Amino acid sequence: MSATAAGWLQAGLLVVALAACHVPLGDHMARIFTGDRHWRAERVIYRLIGADPDSDQAWSAYARSVLAFSLISVVLLYAAERLQHLLPLSLGLPGVPPALAFNTAASFVTNTNWQNYAGETTMGYLVQMAGLAVQNFLSAAVGLAVAIALVRGFARSRTNRLGNFWVDLTRSLTRLLIPLSVIGALVLAAGGVIDNFHASQVVTTVAGGHQAITGGPVASQEVIKQLGNNGGGFYNANSAHPFENPSPFTNWFEIFLMLLIPMSLPRAFGRMVNDTRQGYAIASVMALLWLAAAGGISYFEARGAGLAPAVARGAMEGKNVAFGIPGSALFAASTTVTSTGAVNAAHDSLTAFGGGIALFDMALGEIVPGGIGAGLYGMLILAVVTVFVGGLMVGRTPEYLGKKIRPAEMKYAALYFLTTPMVALAAAGASAGLRSPRASVLNPGPHGLTEILYAFVSMANNNGSAFAGLSTDTLWYNTAGGAVMLLARFAPIIFVLGLAGSLARQQPVPASAGTIPTHKPLFAGMLIGVIIILVGLTYFPALALGPLAEGLR
Amino acid sequence: MSHLSSSARQLAAAVRGWVIFTIICGLAYPLVVFGVAQIAFPRQADGSLVTYRGRVVGSSLLCQEFTTPGGQPLARYFQPRPSASAASPTSGAGGCDPLASGASNLGPDNPVLVRDIEPRQRRVAAFDHVPVSAIPADAVTTSGSGLDPLISPQNAAIQAARVAAARHVSVAAIMALVRRYTQGRALGILGEPGVNVLLLNIALDQRYPVR
Repeated sequence: MSATAAGWLQAGLLVVALAACHVPLGDHMARIFTGDRHWRAERVIYRLIGADPDSDQAWSAYARSVLAFSLISVVLLYAAERLQHLLPLSLGLPGVPPALAFNTAASFVTNTNWQNYAGETTMGYLVQMAGLAVQNFLSAAVGLAVAIALVRGFARSRTNRLGNFWVDLTRSLTRLLIPLSVIGALVLAAGGVIDNFHASQVVTTVAGGHQAITGGPVASQEVIKQLGNNGGGFYNANSAHPFENPSPFTNWFEIFLMLLIPMSLPRAFGRMVNDTRQGYAIASVMALLWLAAAGGISYFEARGAGLAPAVARGAMEGKNVAFGIPGSALFAASTTVTSTGAVNAAHDSLTAFGGGIALFDMALGEIVPGGIGAGLYGMLILAVVTVFVGGLMVGRTPEYLGKKIRPAEMKYAALYFLTTPMVALAAAGASAGLRSPRASVLNPGPHGLTEILYAFVSMANNNGSAFAGLSTDTLWYNTAGGAVMLLARFAPIIFVLGLAGSLARQQPVPASAGTIPTHKPLFAGMLIGVIIILVGLTYFPALALGPLAEGLR
Repeated sequence: MSHLSSSARQLAAAVRGWVIFTIICGLAYPLVVFGVAQIAFPRQADGSLVTYRGRVVGSSLLCQEFTTPGGQPLARYFQPRPSASAASPTSGAGGCDPLASGASNLGPDNPVLVRDIEPRQRRVAAFDHVPVSAIPADAVTTSGSGLDPLISPQNAAIQAARVAAARHVSVAAIMALVRRYTQGRALGILGEPGVNVLLLNIALDQRYPVR
């Protein structure tokens, strides 16, 4: 069988698996966030936190809880990194320097997992396991909680209450992320992902040389890294490292894990607004754009344009033999459309258009299907924008799911989708203009600009994958990057919750002859148009100078 | 004032929440996974270590160098892919170092990458007596991790004659062994076929030792 045919079947198997799982998992998630029974263990957690699980929060209180929790997470993770040398299981590694520790703390709390360090030589096992990996769980649960609050804004009426953050957070962990992680970690361990607490053991190789074989609790971290759309590697090589991703099967399974929750959330959304067709419309847009991205990267990598692939007779630089071009391209597309940011191949060495598509995937705003929770709320914002655009065409007040989209709602939506490109492009522009940040570039020509652009688009969209030739462990990239990640994560969250509060207060209006049906292919098509034109093309001038200039040369 | 105290309450709740979830997700969860993985899949959990002549010589998931102490490739062994995981990726010396996993990150049009690939092609062509046109891409490019344990079947095929000559056995015998250590696509469709270099070389030493 040709590699291309096998690649399509590999993607097809993913579609089948996701189609089979999204209904039960989506229904399960809807039950998690609508049920009013607390487990006994959860009651203990609420008592220890000091939160009343039966009190419903207004949007501002919900937002304050999100921000307080995230602020504390940044501070304590920063402290743990700085004090690593005093902690057990540090492997003798020193404390992490201040700028790098700030960047890493911001990165993991914002679900970005941008990494300016090499795991194997910077982070001890305790900081990895009880610092970084904990944020893999918590940042994912925060994203999910915010998405659910927005869905409640659509589902509820004439109330200012959106639910309780602590309940949403806790249930995301106890009923979804932890159980799925235990199962997934054991599947990965069976497939060869390591899980031990050995320090590096030096062995004498067959030819008489020496090799240090590293250890670590990797399987438990690998699974939540994919499932929670985090993407921070235990090792520098991330999921290209055979100890994180040993085989074609684990590779496929890791892609499945990153898509599982984001692709199931539209079903949960449909359930919660009592109209599953609305969920299918959203899911079909997500699936179409994901498959288009996967097909595009696969095509350009298989074609192997560029000087080096032509000389080498194939675009294998930065790719592992086990995954080949199809497995690397499918992973690259999936990790960039889901805000995961794990990599199983060097994105910097992708062909001009292949890497350009990966960049464009992130520029779409991480909504097809996007990160856990963040993808759904980003997509719903654009659905609101789409009905607004549709309403302008026919000249009446638009509505979505029975809620009127008035100037107040549009202000929140516009602030949401403007924040990320503004932050990303401003920071990338400043970096390209200043001498010392520009000196971090590895590759010459337009590719060098793409390295900088990719970095800030990745950080601002909380993806975390990199054109890793850019040397970013510098004062500038650590601090500017940390600020970009925090701003582009939490400002949009505030706008989402504000929108949710505004929607929840409304009395739903009955659908009339002038209402745009938002479950039909026409709407899905308009939504795709809005995503590509409104969000994607914001980056067009920058893309023209980077990957397009490189690929068309 | 009430706003201030409510913020203080939120922060205190956040600290307590962080502590509780760190214990659950950062200690209890990984220790459970560690315990079950060590009991159910001890070989994989410890890194798929390979034992030869009574001692651990490496991992079947990690490439290793088959070179002289001076860094010259040994003709009697199949050679892994070039590796970027070394102190100096362009020096050609050393590689497959798990303490420095990573890729070259060189872009497709970077002249440095072309200047890396062309000498590798010349070295392989001279070492294996094959035309440059027969050398597959994986033999002259570095992997995503610098630790790729596999080479493509074509890469193994061009090395077979040289290994056979060094061990004074027929090429057919070597190729039979190569096929035994070739892993196909998982489920027939996932990934690409590859040959595990470490396992193949150990099998060679056992079956056709160099005297």
